[in-house]
Amino acid sequence: MKTKLLTALLLGTSIIGTTGIALAEDVTLNIESWRGDDLTIWKDKLIPAFEAKNPGIKVVFAPSAPTEYDAALGAKLAAGSAGDLITCRPFDKSLELFKKGNLADISSLPGMDNFSPVAKAAWQTDDGKSSFCVPMASVIHGFIYNKDAFDKLGLKVPTTNEEFYAVLDKIKADGTYIPMAMGTKDLWEAATMGYQNIGPNYWKGEEGRQALIKGEQKLTDPQWVAPFKELAKWKPYLGDGFEAQTYPDSQNLFTLGRAAIYPAGSWEIGLFNTQAQFKMGAFPPPVQKAGDTCYISDHTDIGMGLNAASKHPEEAKKFLSWVASPDFATIYANALPGFFSLNSTPVKMADPLAQEFVSWRGKCKSTIRSTYQILSRGTPNLENETWVESANVINGTDTPEAAAKKLQTGLDSWYKPAK
Amino acid sequence: MDTETMAEETRPKRPIRWHVGVFLAPAVLVYTAIMILPLFGTLQLSLFRNIEQHQVFVGLGNFGTLFGDPNWSVNFWNALRNNVWFFIIHMLVQNPIGILLAALLSSPRLRFAAFYRTAIFVPTILSFVIVGFAWKLILSPIWGVAPHLMDFVGLKSFFTAWLGKEQYALTALSLVSVWQFVGIPMMLIYAALLSIPDEVIEAAECDGVTGMAQFWKIKLPLILPSIGIISILTFVGNFNAFDLIYTAQGALAGPNYSTDILGTFLYRAFFGFQLQVGDPNMGAAIATIMFLIILGGVCVYLFLVQTRLRRYQF
Repeated sequence: MKTKLLTALLLGTSIIGTTGIALAEDVTLNIESWRGDDLTIWKDKLIPAFEAKNPGIKVVFAPSAPTEYDAALGAKLAAGSAGDLITCRPFDKSLELFKKGNLADISSLPGMDNFSPVAKAAWQTDDGKSSFCVPMASVIHGFIYNKDAFDKLGLKVPTTNEEFYAVLDKIKADGTYIPMAMGTKDLWEAATMGYQNIGPNYWKGEEGRQALIKGEQKLTDPQWVAPFKELAKWKPYLGDGFEAQTYPDSQNLFTLGRAAIYPAGSWEIGLFNTQAQFKMGAFPPPVQKAGDTCYISDHTDIGMGLNAASKHPEEAKKFLSWVASPDFATIYANALPGFFSLNSTPVKMADPLAQEFVSWRGKCKSTIRSTYQILSRGTPNLENETWVESANVINGTDTPEAAAKKLQTGLDSWYKPAK
Repeated sequence: MDTETMAEETRPKRPIRWHVGVFLAPAVLVYTAIMILPLFGTLQLSLFRNIEQHQVFVGLGNFGTLFGDPNWSVNFWNALRNNVWFFIIHMLVQNPIGILLAALLSSPRLRFAAFYRTAIFVPTILSFVIVGFAWKLILSPIWGVAPHLMDFVGLKSFFTAWLGKEQYALTALSLVSVWQFVGIPMMLIYAALLSIPDEVIEAAECDGVTGMAQFWKIKLPLILPSIGIISILTFVGNFNAFDLIYTAQGALAGPNYSTDILGTFLYRAFFGFQLQVGDPNMGAAIATIMFLIILGGVCVYLFLVQTRLRRYQF
């Protein structure tokens, strides 16, 4: 009796098991990500769009907390339980995964030619030969301004440095608004929104960045000191007590309408749209002389790669090709204004401010933050030092030349460019 | 006489006192597991270096880097200097104020003593995060109450962005820390003052020693051992400090590393920050130096100061 029951049970389970397999011809792909904020966008917009076109493939977006992501992903990869698709941090963190063999080489993936070399640089080996993640989004630097304030004071959007300071002078003379909302307390504002924002116009974007990596240029060269010289001129236009002004302080000063210009990253757009009660506009970092080529920092931020141990590499590749397509770009960029698709095909966005930012790609040359690739691998860390020195220059505690010299000395102490 | 002979007879027969070991075991095991082993783990970690993904024994190499390589040593000496200043402010401000408050509180004529005692002690039990954040807001030049309050009394011109200026930031933060922890010396001294027997005070009064003279000549010598304990607690606490600086100024301890103390320096080295990758071995080396500094300080106190303190038995 007992054996019969057991046999029946076993038989039953095996039948259920096989039917289960028979029904599950659908392949399920799991996405590892730290962007928990984007969960609804993936669930409601992106994944249904993909599944509609690719029957038989199910996609599950499974994010973990940003602070735990790297550690959790590492553990899962080691245990072999990580998802098929892996959201990639830019530069060294993903490069390390690729070197360990956790990420597959996807250089030949259909759709990768939709991206410019700059866009791919964040997820390539140092020699640029193999790519391991599809670029998803970037953030662009520029200045967001209070349109109402500009109209009231009769100001025109500045395009050159001279006009920029003329505008700042007028706002300061009028006195209603703080000319520029930026603080040096949190340090990174000064470096990211200041130095990396206006810098590419001086070091000519990619040209200067590459030359710095190759060791042909030094941070003490005039084109690298010039942005510091400009930052030093910003001091009188910042609010009272800017030395103790934090990043949220700056955001609030601007969205409350107390400041006229905000040196920005495009990621602010989403927040500013909900907080600010006035019309906003944006302009790219002003060039030195009218007619100069403009350069913008179009910094690569998120990508997606293929787990080398995935059981369904073909389906996962199909998904990645879709991520590389203009379709994905349109949905993604519109759902998250301020995070721009890196796709070469221009994406039409509904948000006017985001559209303004992305339109600069047409007329300006794109580059990424100068300190991110290769140059921040050693001690002292160039990125962190740039934060400190940018703040020092604005505070007036270091001259631009002294700051540049400190950075170069620090870099020289560990970085030996391949000759 | 009788009892002594009895004791002599029973001594050889006394069983091994297992219960002592059994009762000590939980504390010893827990303390070993969470304090002693990690301490030796840290010491061991500081003697290795990660070369090509392998831990390689380098002897005192990491300490050589820490003191010899200007990229590390400049930061280290800066952090140590700042830490010493942090400690000096506490010794000069926190402890005297603590003693003063305790002396006032122990005065029998003071009304609402219990209220003051609680109010002054409350910040001590607040989280660093709350204290750091609250003071950042209070001192904020944009929204803070400090500029307005100073305006009321006509001192607005003395207000500046204290947390953002190199020359003031560390002192300002030290004073915030003093504000938070002044309750501890106050409580310890208060307890010491209460334990002075009334007979001593009465005798002093009979001899005509009253008021300030009584404090200086009678009470202060009697509470000196407590002051010693407070000094060493302050020393250990200050050289282990980290939280307040981290919450108020961030891991880079700006502006220009002017508020960098050993704790924040260790944090950056060990865990890394932003694009900087953490280096547990160098972090362990810094932690070892911190341990040695604190050990040295405590030894100096124990062998040179405490043995010379006169204690009075009542």
